[in-house]
Amino acid sequence: MISTDKPTGTPARRRSHRWFIALLLAPTLVGMGIFTILPILGSLVLAFFEWDLVSAPTFNGVDNFVALGADTTIRRAFINTIGFVAIAVTLQLALAMFLAVMIQSRMPNWLRLFFRSTFFFPLVLSAASVSIFMRYMFNEQFGVVNWMLNLVGISSVPWLTTQTGAAAVVIFVFVWQNFGFSFLILIGGLASIPKELHEAAEIDGASGWRHFRNITLPLISPSMLVASVTAMITALQVFDQPYVLTRGGPGDSTRSAVMVVFEAAFQRLEFGLASATGLVLMLIIMLITWGQFRLSRRLVFYQ
Amino acid sequence: MVAAAAVLVPVMWTLSTSLRSPSEAFDLPPHFIPLGFDLTAYREVFVQIDITRLVLNSALVTALIAAGQMLTAAMAGYVFARMRFRGSNLLFALVLATMMVPVQVTIVPVFMLIRGMGLSDTLLALIIPAIPTAFGTFLMRQYFMSLPTDFAEAAEIDGAGPWRTFFSIYLPLSAPGMAIVGILAFNYHWNEFFRPLVLTNSEENFTLPLGLVSLQGHLGTGSISVVLAGVIISMIPALVVFLFGQRYLREGLTAGAGK
Repeated sequence: MISTDKPTGTPARRRSHRWFIALLLAPTLVGMGIFTILPILGSLVLAFFEWDLVSAPTFNGVDNFVALGADTTIRRAFINTIGFVAIAVTLQLALAMFLAVMIQSRMPNWLRLFFRSTFFFPLVLSAASVSIFMRYMFNEQFGVVNWMLNLVGISSVPWLTTQTGAAAVVIFVFVWQNFGFSFLILIGGLASIPKELHEAAEIDGASGWRHFRNITLPLISPSMLVASVTAMITALQVFDQPYVLTRGGPGDSTRSAVMVVFEAAFQRLEFGLASATGLVLMLIIMLITWGQFRLSRRLVFYQ
Repeated sequence: MVAAAAVLVPVMWTLSTSLRSPSEAFDLPPHFIPLGFDLTAYREVFVQIDITRLVLNSALVTALIAAGQMLTAAMAGYVFARMRFRGSNLLFALVLATMMVPVQVTIVPVFMLIRGMGLSDTLLALIIPAIPTAFGTFLMRQYFMSLPTDFAEAAEIDGAGPWRTFFSIYLPLSAPGMAIVGILAFNYHWNEFFRPLVLTNSEENFTLPLGLVSLQGHLGTGSISVVLAGVIISMIPALVVFLFGQRYLREGLTAGAGK
């Protein structure tokens, strides 16, 4: 890094320089201090208290964390979230990978542009709005999805009223909206592979699958890592889709960890429990991120 | 091809159903092509909820957050790109670290802070906490580092102080970087659902996504096309961003994904 504005010259000038730095940084740093760092510390403290906002907070040690494991609804929500992440992220990455490789094949430029824009489009929509219209489409009696299934001779599926059906819809809606992001990262990665390598592989007579397995996959692995980390972090925080589509039901079948935070704090006024849940979620996010980067040192091939 | 259809069909269905009279919304076979042009649903959405209010709230919140982020991120990004002082690296690392903190972890204390400030259930409660941006600061720092330093040297020789150098030379030059920050902020906060759900209570302070979800709740399945008309209205600005700012948005979204 080159520094151009070294504080030189008279003391007065140096002082004005310090003011300049301080004032330019102030809005960002003070804002983050108040609205990010202070709240994290607050959460850390609050997690060990019982507080309903009305009476005085009482210290209750690790009770909130014990409750996380003991409460069947909360435990179910965490299990749901982990399962959701595993399935949704796998589907999203596989789909994005497949489409990214397909779009590299020979096709007219306008068609490539059309596909790319189409896959990108859901990213500009709100998850809440998407969930609103998807909820109608997956309606059992008059939904478009069942109508199409009936056309091909499959009888109507009770999508939102059965546990597996509801979970499948939440996964579908999430992947529908987010695969474009993984796709964007992966086409970026594919575009950076030198053409000569593909040509060399073709001259050597590598077949489609061998070519993909031995050339494309290793070279795209850094992008794959980024795509999977970002997808997992987004999926772990899933809230809008299950909230709008199912409100966590039927039963607790689609309740997510973030829904537990929301319900504990703002419906039942158990602020300590909500903070503890949020912290555990953050811990899981950090662990997964760290684990993926460690794993990547063995699996990812950097050019 | 199948994937493109899977993306487009739901959107087409939403559009064409919103353009039909409420009684036709249940039609099977459903309509995917918006041939009809019945604006009843669009008129109804103005009657059934105060959608003008929702649009104005969303627009105000989003615009102020975007403007605030562009300016504060440019200021902080400039310092982190160009100035060295004791602790500057540590401070920048701290800013980056806040990116890892999910909003759900901080929401309970933020809710209390907002209450303490007397801002509960106001639009300011949505705006103020969203202005400091770690990712925006990071983007702007990258942007300023890519600009040549000659201007600063020339300005200094001409006797311009750091303020003049920043505000009349570098800030205007950073417009494309600020556009990326602004569009990202717009895209995120226009569509945001979780924070408005927590931080606002009364319908007059709802933003669009929240208002539409509560509309769907009120109406049940009776007037699908009215709700869908609202959904389409809420998509219009997103569509504008998609058509004209796609490149910026793509650049911004993948910026963190580079090397």
